[in-house]
Amino acid sequence: MTAFQTAVKENKKKSPVVQENINKEESIFSAKGLNLWYGNDQALKDINLDIRKNGVTAIIGPSGCGKSTFLKTLNRMVELVPIVKTSGAIDYHGVNIFDPSVNLVELRSSVGMVFQKPNPFPKSIFDNVAFGPRVHGVKKKAELKEIVEKSLRGSGLWDEVKDRLGESAMGLSGGQQQRLCIARCLAVEPEVILMDEPTSALDPKSTLKVEELIQELKKDYSIVIVTHNMQQAARISDKTAFFLNGEVVEYDNTDTIFSNPQDKRTEDYITGRFG
Amino acid sequence: MSSHAEKQSEDIKQMKVVNKEKLTQKSFKANTLDFLIEKMFFVFGSIAVFVLLLLLYFLVREGSSALQEVGILTYLTETRWYPSSPQGAGYGALQFIVGSIMVTIGALVIAIPWGIFTAIFIAEIAPKRVREILKPVVEVLAIFPSVVLGFIALVILSPIVANVFDLSNGRTALTASLILSVMALPTIVSIAEDSLRSVPKDYREAAYALGASRWETIKIVTFPAAKSGILAGVMLGFGRAVGETMTVLMAAGNAISMPMTEFMGITVPNFLASVRTLTANIAIEGSDVSWGSLHYSSLFVLALILFVITFVVNLIADLLISRQRRKLTNE
Repeated sequence: MTAFQTAVKENKKKSPVVQENINKEESIFSAKGLNLWYGNDQALKDINLDIRKNGVTAIIGPSGCGKSTFLKTLNRMVELVPIVKTSGAIDYHGVNIFDPSVNLVELRSSVGMVFQKPNPFPKSIFDNVAFGPRVHGVKKKAELKEIVEKSLRGSGLWDEVKDRLGESAMGLSGGQQQRLCIARCLAVEPEVILMDEPTSALDPKSTLKVEELIQELKKDYSIVIVTHNMQQAARISDKTAFFLNGEVVEYDNTDTIFSNPQDKRTEDYITGRFG
Repeated sequence: MSSHAEKQSEDIKQMKVVNKEKLTQKSFKANTLDFLIEKMFFVFGSIAVFVLLLLLYFLVREGSSALQEVGILTYLTETRWYPSSPQGAGYGALQFIVGSIMVTIGALVIAIPWGIFTAIFIAEIAPKRVREILKPVVEVLAIFPSVVLGFIALVILSPIVANVFDLSNGRTALTASLILSVMALPTIVSIAEDSLRSVPKDYREAAYALGASRWETIKIVTFPAAKSGILAGVMLGFGRAVGETMTVLMAAGNAISMPMTEFMGITVPNFLASVRTLTANIAIEGSDVSWGSLHYSSLFVLALILFVITFVVNLIADLLISRQRRKLTNE
């Protein structure tokens, strides 16, 4: 190995490999020098990442690598933990979301979120989907009905529940509950949907349904999904970012990441050598 | 090599045999201990039920002569109470029932909003450090001896009430309600706060992620999810208030009369009147009533009425709570 090759290799370890073509695409989020601490533990280290508009961006990496933290930073849900401190910026439509003037209600209604564990409210199916619109001031029953139907159709749940909208959401199966949560998220008409391991609590059949749904949704929404499941990332995403120890190691087209990773650590992870 | 393998397999065989023997032999000691402990729990559980039935039996037995001679309707509907008068004795206890209900409802009207807002503040809004101080402080209110609170009501609260409402006597239903609300508060706060805190954080996260504010999250998500627990706290507060004796005895004035007044042509409860509750009446007359008399038996009827009121309220609360729980889990 020549000195030059070694240098290139070293360099790769330090800075994330970001393909040029990604930078050229229109991005929806653009993280710049983002750092995040839980108390004294730094969970995110100098993240520079452009998340492209439309399509599915997957974030993979071993447990504790900061991928969920990064996702929750995008709608500032991470701040529900009181000891969180951040520095750096995330640009969203030209606004730094950490700016004190940012209206969290607006941010969160355009950046929706689906959680790891299906978390419908202990209310009726209808009330679950209508929750967001109601909070945002929709009062007319007819209008709510329309939104609920549209959202449930959007999440592929309408045919399964249309005759029992008044029943408790807790009576649905896990997979149905997760699709209800997606419908609830769609009801506030977001631009981006963040998904935090949305299928990790589901059986394979429900997982498949949710994955198919993500393929449908990506036509109209930008989706960022954190997943533990690398096959899932390979199946459904267009771009993949590999996180390790709070840093972005590699970010590229999903095909490239899985067929021809540039960084040794990425290769080790996707081939199952660790993680 | 082969002998070694054989030896090993022999060893294993032997071990298996030993295990099998152990499997089929449960030691005498373990057996008896299990049996005894199981029975012990059963006995303790049964004793509680037995004591309750015994108390109920005792109330009914001692009250039976009054129930037979006077009749329950007289107690429930009349207002003349002269149980020891040789001529023209009266056994109307309606004013005591009204007094008990008024004082209790008055206390709850104050304590429910107060308690629930305090619980919401502690569980949802207060920073951790404030919560760690506030909750124990509220709970300390519960360990105040009722006679101390009664004394405070007597010497501090009743002059204030007399002043504010320009009364000659500040010992009224209102005074008793005020001091009772302080006594019911810790129960309500403690249980309501526990149930608010046990609402899964998933619900809160979901609400925040949909753009709900903190107040909206509490109002639409957390509070409804904790409703059954909060109701349980309120019911325990009710039990505390309706059964309280010493404080009420010192604060309510104890006049034997219907605490009613005319207001815009309708008869309404008068919270500025002196009242006597069922509990206070039993306490006042119980010590010098002649044993076995109709008066004595009547006091047991009052106790029975008190028991029925609390029992019915608790039953309704149980039904509401289990209905709420079914709604939550869809079972």
